[in-house]
Amino acid sequence: MDINFTLIGQSIAFAFFVWFTMKFVWPPLNNAIEERQKKIADGLAASEQANQDLEVARAKADEELKAAKLQAAELIDQAKKRAAKLVEDETQRGHAEREKIIASGYAEVEAERARVREELRKQVAFLAIAGAEKIIEREVDAQKQSDIVEKLVAEL
Amino acid sequence: MAAEGNTSIQGYINHHLSDMTIGEGFMAVNVGALSVAIILGFVFVLSFMVVGRKATTGVPGKFQCFVEMIIEFIATSVKETFHVKNKLIAPIALTIFMWIFLMNLMKLVPVDWLPTVFGAVGLLINPEAIKYNVEGYSLLEKIMAHPWSYMTIAPTTDINITMGLALGVFFLIVGYSIAFKGVGGFLKELSFTPFNHWALVPFNLVLELVTLISKPVSLGLRLFGNLYAGEVIFILIALVGLYQLPLHFAWAVFHILVIVLQAFLFMMLTIVYLSMAAEDH
Repeated sequence: MDINFTLIGQSIAFAFFVWFTMKFVWPPLNNAIEERQKKIADGLAASEQANQDLEVARAKADEELKAAKLQAAELIDQAKKRAAKLVEDETQRGHAEREKIIASGYAEVEAERARVREELRKQVAFLAIAGAEKIIEREVDAQKQSDIVEKLVAEL
Repeated sequence: MAAEGNTSIQGYINHHLSDMTIGEGFMAVNVGALSVAIILGFVFVLSFMVVGRKATTGVPGKFQCFVEMIIEFIATSVKETFHVKNKLIAPIALTIFMWIFLMNLMKLVPVDWLPTVFGAVGLLINPEAIKYNVEGYSLLEKIMAHPWSYMTIAPTTDINITMGLALGVFFLIVGYSIAFKGVGGFLKELSFTPFNHWALVPFNLVLELVTLISKPVSLGLRLFGNLYAGEVIFILIALVGLYQLPLHFAWAVFHILVIVLQAFLFMMLTIVYLSMAAEDH
């Protein structure tokens, strides 16, 4: 087998096929591969991002929950305190009222007693005067007076 | 061309190792090798182009996957070796790999099949083409005497094909050298390496030119030598009668390795040579 024109023909064919491959074969295939690689990379990055977002959201939710719990505890605490204070206040007020009512009762009783005493004194005076009148009516009779006086005293 | 006795052992071997030619002297063309080479080249570029046209960036089909595997493989090989950005290098590598692979693959077709078919077709269409007297030949002998039966279908067993590829690579080496270093830079590299002294310029020139020429020559001869030797073994195996079946199978299995390896070597060395041409060293 000799070297002949086949060599040149093959070289020309080689040049043609290289040109053809560079023009029509390599770019679309390589582009498709690179585009898919980019797509996959994007997808992976997106999922990574989503994971991170989820993590952040979870942390935030946890924080929020903790804050809410804290607030609720505070509210309950406040409410308890307030209730306790209310009870205390009411009790105190009740006590005060009672004291007041008792005091006013005493005062009333005292006033009544004073009034009655006054009346009694008036009546005693009246009686004394009436006794004196009766004594004067009978003209002065010591013995007779004395029983009046005794009567008076007994009446006192 | 073995005139008589195409069915004798020597004639049989000669018959298989020659190709159907058109023309005389240097202007002759080995029709079998060149036409099969060009057909296979088109098989490669057109099938890959169709895949490229329909290539989706979504879930690829099976053939697209296969094509993309090859593309990825080539792209990785190129990226590892060729460090300058260049949009021609990857297509060169892909063309060389796929084309040589397909041409080598033709060797796995049993050596007698297609020559018999072509010879039979030739005998039917153009019986006058037989250039010598075939009186008294059997039909098979007549078929094998027809010039069309010389059709070779394994292009890489033809030194013209492998050296034609190497010649292309040679021009690419020169082209890359000039494109990346300029004509002056290229000549300077030829003249002043390895010894940077004006008095040694002729010596350097001889050394560097031998280096330059030896690259494509070794490329072409390596491919040719491997596959030609393999082809000779296939032909010898075909001569041993019934025992050829297991032998042929074993040798063919071994050759699956050889054909891929040789295609890969040719591609890889081309990338290496071109990267040497493109980079300063």
